[in-house]
Amino acid sequence: MTTKSLDQFVYVTFIRTTPERLWQALTDPEFQKQYWFGMHQESDWRAGSPWKMVFTDGKTADAGEILEAEPPRRVAIRWRNEFRPEMKAEGFSTCVYEIEPMGDAVQLTVTHSIEAPQSQLIRAVSGGWPRILSNLKTLLETGKVLMPERPPVAAA
Amino acid sequence: MDDDAVFKALADPSRRELLDRLHARNGQTLSELCQGLEMSRQAVTKHLAVLESANLVAARRRGREKLHFINPVPINGIAERWIGKFEERRLAALSALKQALEGEDR
Repeated sequence: MTTKSLDQFVYVTFIRTTPERLWQALTDPEFQKQYWFGMHQESDWRAGSPWKMVFTDGKTADAGEILEAEPPRRVAIRWRNEFRPEMKAEGFSTCVYEIEPMGDAVQLTVTHSIEAPQSQLIRAVSGGWPRILSNLKTLLETGKVLMPERPPVAAA
Repeated sequence: MDDDAVFKALADPSRRELLDRLHARNGQTLSELCQGLEMSRQAVTKHLAVLESANLVAARRRGREKLHFINPVPINGIAERWIGKFEERRLAALSALKQALEGEDR
C-alpha cells in the first residue's frame, strides 16, 4: 500500500489577514526572520528556482527548489535537509503551502511529506511548525510575536 | 480559531484517544482508526467531525482514501497564550536583574 511508505503531516491554521499579506509573510526574508526564530529563506519563489533555508549564522539548513508557485494561493517546495547527514540521506521531501480565503480570515495549510517510513526529517520539522505557525498568526494579527528569537540573554 | 471549540473537543476521552492514535500514527483512514476501538464506526465518524471543526484534525484525500491527520497548531496556540507570557516575564525579570547587578550609576 502506498500510504505505508509515505510519511506526512498536515498543519492548518486560520489567520485574520489577506492572501496577499500571508504570501508576503511566507516569502519575504525580513518577515520570515520575525516568526522563524531568526532563520530566513532565499528564493525568488518562481517554479524551477532554487530555494534554501538559512540559519542565523548564514549556514544552510535546508535546500531544494520551487516546484510550483501560484501567488498568492499555493507553493510547493522540494526540500532536503543539508546539515544533518542522517536526514540528508533521506533525500528530498515536498512541502506545500496552500492559502485559501475563508470569510474575513485565510486558511493556511502546510503539508510536508517524504517517501520514507518513519522519517527523521518529518519528525524534526513537524515539531517546529506549530510554534512557527502560532508566531506567524500572532505576528499578522497583532504585529507582534509571542516568542521571538531564542532568549537574547547572553547578547543583551 | 475558536478556543471554546478546542476545549470542548478535548473534554471527551474518546476524542483524546483518537488524537492519541493519530499522534502514534498520523494519516489514518476511518477504518484504520476504528480498528481495536470499542466505539462504533458512527461514533468515531461523529467524534472526528467534532475534532475537524475544532481544527484539531485535518482530513486530506489521497486517491480514493480520506486520511486523518492530527493538527497540533491550535493546542500550541493555547499553550503559548499563557506559557509565552511567562517566558516574556522571565526575560523581563532577567534583564531587570542584569541592570540591577551591573548598576546604572557605574
